[in-house]
Amino acid sequence: MTKEKSKKPVASGHEKSSPQKLSLHVPEPKTRPGDKPDFSYVRISPVGETPRPALDVSAIEIRDLAFGMVRVLDDQGEAQGPWAVELEEDVLRKGLRAMMRTRAFDKRMQRAQRQGKTSFYMQATGEEAISVAQQMVLRKGDMSFPTYRQQGLLFAQDFPILEMMNQIYSNEKDALRGRQLPVLYSFKKAGHFTISGNLATQYIQAVGWAMGSAIKGDDKIACGWIGDGSTAENDFHSALVFAGVYRAPVILNITNNQWAISSFQGIAGGEATVFAARGVGYGVPALRVDGNDFLAVYAVSEWAAERARRNLGPTLIEWITYRAAAHSTSDDPSKYRPKDDWEHWPLGDPIERLKQHMIKRGMWSDEQHVQAEAEYDEEMRVAAEEAESYGTLQALEHRPSPAEMFENVFEEMPPHLRRQRQEMGV
Amino acid sequence: MSMIEAIRDAHDVMMARDENVVVFGEDAGYFGGVFRCTEGLQQKYGKHRAFDAPISESGIVGAAIGMATYGLRPCVEIQFADYVYPAYDQIVSEAARIRHRSNGEFTCPMVVRMPVGGGIFGGQTHSQSVEAIFTHVVGLKVVMPSNPRDAKGLLIASIEDPDPVIFLEPKRIYNGPFDGHHERPVVPWSKHEDGQVKTGYYKTELGKAAIAREGREVTILTYGTMVHVALAAAEETGVDAEIIDLRTLLPLDQEAIEASVNKTGRCIVVHEATRTSGFGAELCALVQRHCFYALEAPIIRVTGYDTPYPHVNEWDYFPSPERVGEAMKQILEA
Ligand SMILES: Cc1ncc(C[n+]2csc(CCOP(=O)(O)OP(=O)(O)O)c2C)c(N)n1
Ligand SMILES: [Mg+2]
Repeated sequence: MTKEKSKKPVASGHEKSSPQKLSLHVPEPKTRPGDKPDFSYVRISPVGETPRPALDVSAIEIRDLAFGMVRVLDDQGEAQGPWAVELEEDVLRKGLRAMMRTRAFDKRMQRAQRQGKTSFYMQATGEEAISVAQQMVLRKGDMSFPTYRQQGLLFAQDFPILEMMNQIYSNEKDALRGRQLPVLYSFKKAGHFTISGNLATQYIQAVGWAMGSAIKGDDKIACGWIGDGSTAENDFHSALVFAGVYRAPVILNITNNQWAISSFQGIAGGEATVFAARGVGYGVPALRVDGNDFLAVYAVSEWAAERARRNLGPTLIEWITYRAAAHSTSDDPSKYRPKDDWEHWPLGDPIERLKQHMIKRGMWSDEQHVQAEAEYDEEMRVAAEEAESYGTLQALEHRPSPAEMFENVFEEMPPHLRRQRQEMGV
Repeated sequence: MSMIEAIRDAHDVMMARDENVVVFGEDAGYFGGVFRCTEGLQQKYGKHRAFDAPISESGIVGAAIGMATYGLRPCVEIQFADYVYPAYDQIVSEAARIRHRSNGEFTCPMVVRMPVGGGIFGGQTHSQSVEAIFTHVVGLKVVMPSNPRDAKGLLIASIEDPDPVIFLEPKRIYNGPFDGHHERPVVPWSKHEDGQVKTGYYKTELGKAAIAREGREVTILTYGTMVHVALAAAEETGVDAEIIDLRTLLPLDQEAIEASVNKTGRCIVVHEATRTSGFGAELCALVQRHCFYALEAPIIRVTGYDTPYPHVNEWDYFPSPERVGEAMKQILEA
């Protein structure tokens, strides 16, 4: 953990200050383009040091955990400390495969956008462990309210990639009928809520969904997802109030990938505190976790899910990670941060770290890894080819009929929409 | 000058003239905004006058109101109009009424800028036209330019205005006058007469419409991107349309509207926004009331359909020159 500079108090507050000019503080990241990457601002706890509390703790009892950092994997790839649960080989294999396929899929779709086959794409590079490991502790019937960067939730369930690609291409097989921007999926059967393009709105909805489950005496839990930047929205705070008040069975995830498009996490309030600390004030037990450590993400997600399932209430988790790629295909990060930032990110690459651990445990090898990479790249290429045969943005004749625009506005189409559809002549 | 450069220039002129002008919004500081409309302002005027805001639209507008009532002239950016809704309470219940409820003791001279409209394959969260939800609110001025020259003059006038102004920027014409022909490349503003923007300070008065094209056969009431679509429609059909670019929706230039409709005897209203309770309804009511005896045919509205803005079917939805042209022919036959 970085040491706080010991500051001399300016004044005790008893003396009246003489009039002086005020000035506005505007947070500024440590580094900008051309600077040497510097992550000394990230508070990192030693591996294995953070305790694993009982499930029924209160927010106040574990307030230190909001400022600490749960870490399991050390630099040598060994699992350490109270959060190190021995995971079965097939769990680790499944996790690694899901992360690698997520990355391969992102690579392929990013390329498709560059070729003009779709309007837009968003990668999750460097953040794959978080959604993949969390999904692996969920059960059928639970509901996630993802942002646009949680495609890992789908890969962890081996969700059919063709269905995802069809949505990205808005083609004739797109289940959402070309209505939504690429990657704003809706897959109810996979416990994947319809993604809104409006930030933070769904955080409170996750709480409401979980309250619904509690009202009905059901056993389902919900997961809310939000980025560091979006925690500034009112809906984030409403979610914590409701979750705390009603002890909703919900996991509230914050993915702190250090950036919100061009603004660093300090602009969202991460300069003077950590985001996990927000939970303490609302009475929601909160933890800060190394998000690039698959084992830590799995263990903490499992702990939080167990709390929710035992009716012990919500958990707020801040996952520390780094947005390795551009915000989206419309963004150029070299304009606002050092080009080689990610290479210096102190928590590494989640895929490399799990790979190292598995090699250490004798379950995996470099050769197998290279082979798997090639296999997934090929899988994505073949799938994309098939999806493209159903239409892309360059082959609009395959798009869903414009008439469908008028459907599902309401269950029953009102007369004025019927007339407008006629007017359109479709 | 592109519309982006013109907007940037208006900020620059006003920040240089008036130390009370401050600018902030999501990604609007160091980076200069996702559309680059505030690029360079932080570097030139300092972080305390041009800065990044947390992702909180209600926070951005609420803070701007606080600054405005303190005595500053904040000009803030909402990244896309589609994201203004969290700020709606601050705009409607607060900014719009502070003057009235305090009997002028407190006032709110602030500008809330936001890109509006479609044509960029942005789907339902990057394409909406929100003008009517603001024109329906008492106490707000609502402005929408259709070219760089007006954008600069109107923004300067908005920043100097003593009351809150909602400044809507049609993003599809940021770089050139898009006329609905998506299959053709857009000619950049630098090659267009309205892209010739004067340097330095000038104002385009709020509440004054412009005649984008003089004509005798039919009046087209429109604004923003649709001005260019209507111009293309007139060109392609050969209909001698008079195209009124409203520029300010509130206060509205009723005189210009009446003069034109009384001359042509026919009226078409064109907007991108959804139809029901759209701003076109207000225009129809006004024309009906004041030009009834001059009208030779029922007024026609050409608008977006009453569905969420689509992604892949964008060009079926976006009011095209063909649709506007059809309406022109139809109203002349009536
Ligand atoms: C209400 C709202 N405001 C603004 C935006 C535009 N926007 C989209 S993503 C984004 C940055 C979000 O950053 P963060 O929450 O950190 O998530 P990340 O992209 O890093 O995963 C912004 C400002 C939006 N989609 N919705
Ligand atoms: Mg972020």
